[in-house]
Amino acid sequence: MPVLLPTDALVWLLVAAVAAFAWYSSRRPHLAAPWARVLRSRAAVASAVVLGCFMLVGLLDSLHYRPALPAKDPGAPVAYSVEVRSALDALLTPLRTKLEKTYSAPLATRLYQKETVERPDGSTAREFPRLAHGGAHLKDEARWGRDVALRILAGLAGAVALWSLAVLAGRRTLARRWPRVPWSAAAAALGGLLALAGPAAMLAGGYHVLGTSQVGSDVLYQALKSIRTSLVIGTLTTLVLLPLGIVAGIAAGYFKGWVDDVIQYLYTTLNSIPGVLLIAASVLMVQVYVDTHPELFPTSAQRADFRLLALCAILGAVSWTGLARLLRGETLKLAELEYIQAAHAFGVSHSRVLGRHILPNVAHIVIISLVLDFSGLVLAEAVLSYVGVGVDPSTTSFGTMINAARLEMAREPMVWWSLAAAFFFMFALVLAANLFADAVRDGFDPRVRV
Amino acid sequence: MIAYIIRRTLYAIPILIGINFITFGLFFLVNTPDDMARMQLGVKRVTPEAIEKWKAERGYDKPLLYNAAESGRRFLTETIFFEKSVKLFVFDFGRAEDNRDIANEIRTRMGPSLALAVPVFLVGIAVNITFALGMAFFRATYLDLWGVILCVAMMSISSLFYIIGGQYLVSKLWHLVPISGYAEGTDAVKFLVLPVLIGVVGGIGAGSRWYRTLFLEEMGKDYVRTARAKGLAESAVMFRHVLQNAMIPILTGVVVVIPLLFMGSLITESFFGIPGLGSYTIDAIQAQDFAVVRAMVFIGSVLYILGLLLTDLSYTLVDPRVRLD
Repeated sequence: MPVLLPTDALVWLLVAAVAAFAWYSSRRPHLAAPWARVLRSRAAVASAVVLGCFMLVGLLDSLHYRPALPAKDPGAPVAYSVEVRSALDALLTPLRTKLEKTYSAPLATRLYQKETVERPDGSTAREFPRLAHGGAHLKDEARWGRDVALRILAGLAGAVALWSLAVLAGRRTLARRWPRVPWSAAAAALGGLLALAGPAAMLAGGYHVLGTSQVGSDVLYQALKSIRTSLVIGTLTTLVLLPLGIVAGIAAGYFKGWVDDVIQYLYTTLNSIPGVLLIAASVLMVQVYVDTHPELFPTSAQRADFRLLALCAILGAVSWTGLARLLRGETLKLAELEYIQAAHAFGVSHSRVLGRHILPNVAHIVIISLVLDFSGLVLAEAVLSYVGVGVDPSTTSFGTMINAARLEMAREPMVWWSLAAAFFFMFALVLAANLFADAVRDGFDPRVRV
Repeated sequence: MIAYIIRRTLYAIPILIGINFITFGLFFLVNTPDDMARMQLGVKRVTPEAIEKWKAERGYDKPLLYNAAESGRRFLTETIFFEKSVKLFVFDFGRAEDNRDIANEIRTRMGPSLALAVPVFLVGIAVNITFALGMAFFRATYLDLWGVILCVAMMSISSLFYIIGGQYLVSKLWHLVPISGYAEGTDAVKFLVLPVLIGVVGGIGAGSRWYRTLFLEEMGKDYVRTARAKGLAESAVMFRHVLQNAMIPILTGVVVVIPLLFMGSLITESFFGIPGLGSYTIDAIQAQDFAVVRAMVFIGSVLYILGLLLTDLSYTLVDPRVRLD
């Protein structure tokens, strides 16, 4: 039975909006030109491929359903589990269900701490017990090295095969259609990703590639699940930020007078409150609301989803001021230009001037600030979750992973893999977003146009 | 000048009133004091008497905006809004959950916060400007390219990883400084070296890149070409002309945060166990101590407004064209 969580609905709405906007701008040369400039940058193309893969994982994780319970007798109506799962969960069922007792190192065959085990002859001993799933297919642990190497090789071979197929297909189609895009950069990025994903997928069949966490769940699975949380925060925030920022900024710059005074007063006041504290105070209040109204959230997934959505709304409501200030300045400049004056002289209505003349001419600022904000929001989530005002503790996110890993660092011997996994995934996502944002800024900034 | 300062201070009053309304709305209208009491006392099995007692102890048992039971001036003063929000203006913050005076706590915690924040701020600016000047000097070479790439990579690492990685390397592996803690006086140095270092390193990426953009923008201007044309060495152009003229945009970003240094840094202080205002705030957030969070929001806003005023005043120092009147 499919389940549509509010964040899912908004994510798909956003996807549809972006697709519509892409289709709309591809028809109009003046809108398509900056994007063509962006896609001429090698860094942008490579990072777009990486971002695309993250998006794919995030979107798969946004298709939720409640699995049907096995019917007790054939004629009975189908009952559904209360647990909400996503398409990604279904794909990663082996990772999700292969639980160990507690910590185990990446690719390990034995647990990370000693346990009392009973020997076949009846005596007991303290030793590192074999894992329930990691390397369980090995009859002889001495063959571990050979097995891992073989799996890596097989993964690489699969990656090479897939990559060649993709490159061949791309040459025939994409490269012919858009010859000026540096496809070699895309191919290189795809090759790098496949070279990591292929062996990881092969190894994941028999081992825990990035180890297991304290409760014994697979760290790779946690990291993949965290991607959606990051993407939701980085993108859904814009749904609140955009309307507020655009309306306030343009209205202030266009109507001037008391409208300008009121809006300037509003954003100076909001801006004066240190961001983290305002967010913290707002999230605390949402927490109080959730805790005192348990009847509104029947399942924990719904509660976690509401808190995620509230966090996005709060982040958006706190951070629209920057965009509004930029747009106000630009609109002030535009409103004095001759063609706007001419439009006024012809008696064109305000709404038409705003829609036809002002909005299209500030669109580049909106797009630039959107992509620049994304990486900051992803980083902010980690910090906020650490402070305790981020996502619900039951939501997997990079912030909650790091937060849990903090105690593990103090353990002796240290548990480093959760932290390493969170670091690696977050770094890849934020770096790709930063590089892409830089290319977008260069492509859209009218000052570099020649 | 004095008249300007007075006028700006007067402008701050409506903004502070606005902030007061926002915090009041956040803390008392979104959730009623009853909700907060239930939250603090545990949602289940809480008696109405316990809630009333909790509210009475903290002065939350009054009406929100006006008290119909009182007369005259007490009509307005015997309310939550007056007691909890208006009194912030005279820096009367009330008491925290553990019954300590918040204003007193803030005074004692300001020292450690400043001891951490001021070195990070000063060393950070010096390091960032040096790197940025270097990159601008070697612009359009591989050195510049790799410098920018390094900056973008460093920007992409969450501040949490800098702290965890630094603590692990320097304290746990090399045993150079204690992992966390604080001491008074000169003993504080050994506790502060690592957080300061991490604060500076963590800021290099975004900082240097921003300064580099400022310098490059200045270097494209006509007066720089003139300076070169009259035969000045490139180093003289950089230090005498570009650096001085880039001071205005630099000051815009830098001066505004000076007053906020009092607030300390939330994350670093709590990781390193430094008893400053940042860790105080985090503890308050985690313990859901609303009185402390409210006080910190108000102080932070006052300091930010002060920073804006200082920024404008600092322009007169570096740019003789700016006259404030």
